[in-house]
This record gives sequence, structure tokens and C-alpha cells, in this order.
Amino acid sequence: MSAETTPTAPARDETPFAFSEASLEEARRILAKYPEGRARSGILPLLDLAQRQHGWVSQSVVEAVAEMTGAPPIRVWEVATFYTMYNKAPIGRAHVEICTNLPCWLRGSDEIMRAARDVFGVGFGETSADGAATVSSAECLGACVNAPMVQIGDDYYEDLDYDSAVALFTAIKEGRPVKAGSQIDRQCSAPQGTPTSLTTDPTTDEGGRWIAPESPAASSGTA
Amino acid sequence: MPKLTIDGIEVDAEPGMTILQAADLVGIEIPRFCYHERLSIAGNCRMCLVEVKPGPPKPAASCAMPVAEGMQVWTQSDLAVKARKGVMEFLLINHPLDCPICDQGGECDLQDQAMAFGGDRSRFLEHKRAVTEKYLGPLVKTAMTRCIHCTRCVRFITEIAGIPELGMVGRGEHAEITSYVEKALSSELSGNIVDLCPVGALTSAPYAFHARPWELRKVESVDVFDAVGSNIRIDVRGNAVMRVLPRLNEDINEEWLADKSRHAIDGLRYQRLDQPYVREDGTLRPASWEEALRAVAGRLLAADADKVAALAGDMVDAEAMMVLKDLMGVIGSPHMDCRQDGAALDPEDRGSYLFNPTIAGIESADALLIVGSDPRWEAPILNARIRKRHLMGGFPIAVIGPRTDLTYPVEDLGNDPDVLDDMARGRHPFWRVLDDAERPMILVGMGALTRPDGANILASARHLADRVGAFKDDWNGLAILHTAAARVGGLELGFVPGPRGRDTAEIVAGAGRGEIDVVYLLGADEIDTAALGEAFVIYQGHHGDAGANRADAILPGAAYTEKNATYVNTEGRMQRTWLAVHPPGEAREDWKILRALSSAMGKPLSLNTLEDVRARLAEVSPTFAAGNEGGIVAAPPVRGALGGSGGRLERTPFTTPIGNYYRTDPISRASRTMAECTDVYINATGDGDSKRTGTDG
Repeated sequence: MSAETTPTAPARDETPFAFSEASLEEARRILAKYPEGRARSGILPLLDLAQRQHGWVSQSVVEAVAEMTGAPPIRVWEVATFYTMYNKAPIGRAHVEICTNLPCWLRGSDEIMRAARDVFGVGFGETSADGAATVSSAECLGACVNAPMVQIGDDYYEDLDYDSAVALFTAIKEGRPVKAGSQIDRQCSAPQGTPTSLTTDPTTDEGGRWIAPESPAASSGTA
Repeated sequence: MPKLTIDGIEVDAEPGMTILQAADLVGIEIPRFCYHERLSIAGNCRMCLVEVKPGPPKPAASCAMPVAEGMQVWTQSDLAVKARKGVMEFLLINHPLDCPICDQGGECDLQDQAMAFGGDRSRFLEHKRAVTEKYLGPLVKTAMTRCIHCTRCVRFITEIAGIPELGMVGRGEHAEITSYVEKALSSELSGNIVDLCPVGALTSAPYAFHARPWELRKVESVDVFDAVGSNIRIDVRGNAVMRVLPRLNEDINEEWLADKSRHAIDGLRYQRLDQPYVREDGTLRPASWEEALRAVAGRLLAADADKVAALAGDMVDAEAMMVLKDLMGVIGSPHMDCRQDGAALDPEDRGSYLFNPTIAGIESADALLIVGSDPRWEAPILNARIRKRHLMGGFPIAVIGPRTDLTYPVEDLGNDPDVLDDMARGRHPFWRVLDDAERPMILVGMGALTRPDGANILASARHLADRVGAFKDDWNGLAILHTAAARVGGLELGFVPGPRGRDTAEIVAGAGRGEIDVVYLLGADEIDTAALGEAFVIYQGHHGDAGANRADAILPGAAYTEKNATYVNTEGRMQRTWLAVHPPGEAREDWKILRALSSAMGKPLSLNTLEDVRARLAEVSPTFAAGNEGGIVAAPPVRGALGGSGGRLERTPFTTPIGNYYRTDPISRASRTMAECTDVYINATGDGDSKRTGTDG
């Protein structure tokens, strides 16, 4: 995202945005959380809500949020441009954000980029011709243990390599269901394979006190 | 009262003060870019870093750090200076080195402070960033690459001007100042952001590349484009007014200035009357002073005294009106008026035509009713003061009059004079608000007083003021907002119909019917000049406008920048302008023309110097007394002669006297800058790109 320049004015869209019935209810629920006269605090969640409905932050989104929060449109636009997670231009059906920071890069994020280019035919900041996905580079998303990873929508897809990334992106492109989380046999961010430590249950004495193993140094191993 | 030491000097600061403010108390100036005493604190430029103990071992931003008991501050320690040098180096990383072609050069905060904290070479070898120019309207020119993101302009437009259209979008290196969807700033105070900008990112568009600050001679003067009497500084090069800037006066304009006052000055160069003219066979031909004065004097002498009338315009100085009044006395005619708009103001009763609470006094009012006025366009500076009071909180404001955006929320009571009548009888919910207020204020505008029933409206407003307790020993809440700089001066010196004299409407109608033979227009252009019939019209003034167009003889006078003259603002505050440039060509100071005319008539007035005229003014009204410059002689609140709630009010809605703020008088009508503003803001036909060229960003 950082390579792209921020537009100084919100773009207009063909079909102006209006909160749907459901998101309007959600918006009211969000605004109810803030004290009287502090509706501006709701700019961030309302922009998120609008983006979930509309896909991106257009001029009509800015103005709808401004109206709901009582803030001038420029204040809403300031917020929207400050955060990279608000899309200032239309995006594809899926937003594929590939982490390119150091741990992911060391673990092969370049290969994931190649997979994205091979499947969607576009590079960073571009949307595939069929509108299936927009590919962006992301800064560290905090899933370094399972690097390399991508974020698509609200979900993380981890432990990728070229082949699994191609499979994932193809499924996304074709609209097939995909499995979120680690793409290999790993539980959350636990170590890969079988446990290498704490393999036995800790024992306790009669008073409920834990008893240390006889020779702790001997049982420690490396992965 | 926290006690702290700054650079070893002990300071007693108010609780809640910041270190920077406390340092200002003892005259230690801490460098700054983003901090401004009239704006909220942003703390984002980091130039004001100082060393503070106790606290973390790093410099602190003094503009945002509140003082505490026993604090020790060093503003010039090695740590503080090194930190500021670092900040300066970062600021200069992206700041272009274009001072030689920058309009801010020579009066630039960044330039000045770089002399103290800047390095002598750059360590930055990468590409500098470039930012596209933004369109902020015809008055503010941008060079956004120079911006250091202090956000003073954003805060001014949001807080003081009350038009939240400007903001900083993006973040970090991509941050840019812009208006929402790049529209022209719709503020009547937009010129002030040019003064506030500490660098050359925002500069004055009409003044661009015209002069350098060190070439300019600075003359302190007073503004006459509205009745506020803003204090100004006229910057002059040779015999040309290059620009007008505000001058600090806490009682009037603080340090702001309205756009028309600042930018209509190019009108002083166009359409000027620079020599006398006399109409011959239907066309005006240039004449010498002697010829013109002889022609005018002949007409005045030949006419029946009762068939001579005089009207004074909206920008006329008190001296000229005084001499013309005396001249009318010599002629023996009572027909004169300084109220071109026919406002129903009683010249005998000072309290009934002044802005009694005073402009600074708005800040101590606690409820406001606006009747038939749109202060935002009639007196932008005064409106900013009302907004300032609004921001302090606890200030209910209601409006009877046209619905307009005043930049602060108001209760709209409808545009119906009956509401005022109801209120004067205590039958309206807002009456309770005014009645409960300690210092209620009732602002009556010219939109209400220039109606046929203006006198009744004024009486109703006074009656209401009396009933809600607006007349106290230390408070007079009746505020008349004038729109003409000359008006109060004219009323003070009595440039009004004498016994059995005609007022403006009767003079114009009388001339149309042939009952008036000679009409003397002293800068009067706002009347219906086509209705003057067969009368011989003398126009004395500085611009070829409506009056000169109809005139049979033209005597070229001086504009406000070209004479030492006295004006009285809407509060009744007497102020003086200073001659900054000389009038063009044959034009002369107005009182001198009238004095010469009296000689040509063979009835010379004994007013031979400016001092004589001013002494005569002081004789007529204490307002003009020599020591009273800049002060107000308070008017007694007159409770009597109210006569119930006044007479009948007509049901027609109020209108505002200002149709187009940018073209209200001969100077602004001649101004090209104001014409451009009219295109952009009033007609909405101008677009931002019309003046851009390929090389202009």
C-alpha cells in the first residue's frame, strides 16, 4: 500500500452509497456506545461498516458517515486517508493482502507474490481483469510464526508455499470455499509436528503442589 | 499558582498554562511553528522543544506541556538546542530551497528560524517530495511542496472561520493539506490563513510576485469596507498600495481581517477620478480645478438655498462631512443626509444608533437575539467574535430574519417582524431566555432599519431590550450593526436633515420632481441616481461609479488610503487613517476641495488646516475630541421615549442589505479580485483551473 499515493479527494462512485437496513441498525448500535455529543468517535467503526457493505470508501460513503456522526466530511476523509485498511478505490470481490515484511519474506513471500501474479495476472495495487481480487502488499500482520501468510478479507491464510498459494488463489478466483488459517497440518500457531516438550503430564503431590521432574536439564530437547 | 523556573527566572504561572505561555510572560520567546495563541494547541511541529526537569530524560514540547509546581525549564540548553536543530533538519528535508522565488521570503518564520537552528548543509541525498498544488479559491495561492504541516490553516478555518472545509489527509510523508474535494474555501476570512502560514505554502494570490517585504513602506491605518473599523497596515511601494494586512487591536479585529478589506485594494487603481470634469452639451469633458470649482460655485450661488441638497456616501470621512455640513450652513440649506439607505436612526439619541455592547463586549454577553441582520457578510470580523463567544459555551443565539449560515448554530425564530413584536410584549419562548440572561444582547441590522417601518422596529427592539434588562449600569445590550464606515461619523457630527430638511428619500424624490435644483453627492453612489431628474448633480469622490456617471460636475477626491481622515465605527469608536499614498492626478483630499469651493463661492469657511477641521469636529461632538482616538464615548442608555412597543410593524420579511459581499462600494466594484470572487462564490461560474497554466503545478 505504501507505494501508492493517497488520493487527496474521495472518488465518486456510479451507484451512490446508502446504509442498508441491516447496517443502519448496526450503525445505531455502534453510535449508542458513545456519550451524547461524542458521535464522532464512531467514525472508524462506521467507515468499516460502510466499507463492508460497499467495498470501498467513496465520496458518498464519506458523506453518509459524516451525516451519521455529525462530523464535517473533511474530518471523515482525514480519518479514512490516515488508515491503510480503508480502500480509497474500488476493489475486487476479494482483497488479497500479501505480507512482505521480513519474516514472511525470509520464508518465501516472493513466491506468494509470484503465485498471485500467475493466478490473478496482476501485481500489487491492481485488480484482476475478471474483478475476482485486488492484490496488495501488507505490512506485518503479526502472524510471523506461520509465515509466509496472506490476509483475504477477515481471514488469515498461513504456512503457504507456491503450490498451496496457487491452490488457495484459484479457489478464491473460482469462488470455491477455502479453509482459513494454516494451510498445513498445524494447530493454530503450535509447533509443527508432534510436541517436543511437556510430553508427560506434570505430577502433583498430595497438597496439590507441582513436583519438578528429577533431572530437568536432561529432558530438554530442541526442535 | 504554580511556580516554576525558566532559564533560571522564576515565573508565577496561571494553572493550566503551558510552558511556552509561561515563557512568553517573562519575555523568553521559544521558537514555534504550529503554536498560535488564538488557535487550539496541536503540538505537531516540535520546534518548541525544551528541557524539563523533573521528567523523562528527553526534550518536551513546551506548547503542549502544562506547567507544574517546582518545574525547571531550560530553553537554550544543549539538549534543547540540539533537539531543535534535529527538528529543523527534518523540516528542511522536504522543504524546497526556493526562497528567492517565494513570496514569503523575507517574512518567513522558517527562514528566520533556520538562521538560528538550521545546519549549513544538507545530509539528505534522496529525492525531495513534491506535492501537487491545491485550489483554495481566488485569494489564496498554494505552493504545497513548501508546507511543513503545522495545521494552523486547518485550525483557523475550522475554529475561527467556522467553515470546516480544510483538512490534512494522508499520513506521514504523504500527508497533504487540502480542502474537501478541492473546492474553493467558502470563507469570508480566508485571507487570514496566508498570514498564519509560517512558510510560503499559502500566499496571497492577488499579491503574488508583486513586491518584497523589505521594499514596502508600512502605514498604520483603518479599514472602511465595513463599519467595524478593523485596524490595518497598508504596505506601500512608491505611490501604490501593494497590500493590506491586519493590525492587532484586541478591541476590534484582534488580528484578523475580512477578505474584502484585504483584497479589494486593487480597485484603488481602476476607475479613478483623477481630474475634474464638467458636463457640456451632454458629455463630460475634462476641466481644470478652477473651471470646475467656478462652475459648481456658480450653480450653488444661483440656486435658491432651499433647492440645494447634499448626500454623503458610505466611505466618506468625518472631516469632509463636517466641512460640507458647514458649507450647507453657509448656503442656508437644511437638506442633507448621510443615510443613503434611509435607515431609521435618530441622530439625537446616540444610544439608539451605536453598537453599545462593543465588539469586545460580545464576549461577556450571555444571550443574543439578531434582528434583520446577517453579520457574517455585513461585518465578518464581528461575526467571528460572535462565533468566538459561541465556542465559549452558554450563549443562546436566536435570529429573526433571513435564514443564512452564520457559522454557528442559531435558533431560527422565523423571518417575521411579528415575532419581534410578540417578544417585545413578552409572549415568546425566547423572551424568557433573554430575560433570564444577565447580559442580554439585541443586535439590530440595517436589513431591519432601512424598511419603511424601521423606526417602529427600532422602538420595538429598544422596548424589548428594556424589558429584558439589557440596560444596566455596566451593560447596554442594544447593538446596532451598521454596514457603512461613514455612517456613525455622519450621525455624530449631525450630517442629517436640519429643521424642515429633507432626508435621502425626499431629496431624491424632490430632485425628480424639480423641487431640488442642485444635488451635492459626496461619495454617494448607492442611491438611485437615475431618479435625480433635471437637477444639477455635483459628484465629489474617488471612483467613476454610479454617482459620477450621472454627475454634471465631478470633483476628484481621495480614497481612504490617500488622506488623513477620521472614521467612527459602529461602536462609536473614533479612529484615524493615515495618508499612505497620494491621490492620483489632480485629485485632492476631500475637505480641502470643499474648503476651496467655499472660497470659490466667495464665502470662505474659517477652516484652513486639518487641525481646524478636527477642532471643529470636537466642538460638535465629544467623540471627536483630540485625546479620544481609538476610544469610545459611551452613550447613555435612553429608556424614555419608548412609547409602548412602538408602532405597527409590517408583515413583509426582513431582507439583508448585502446582496453580494464582494461588490458593495465603488472601490470593490472596481476591483478585479473582487470580480473574480463574485464569479467563484456568488455566480459559481469560475473554476479552479481557469488561471492555471502548464507550468503552474
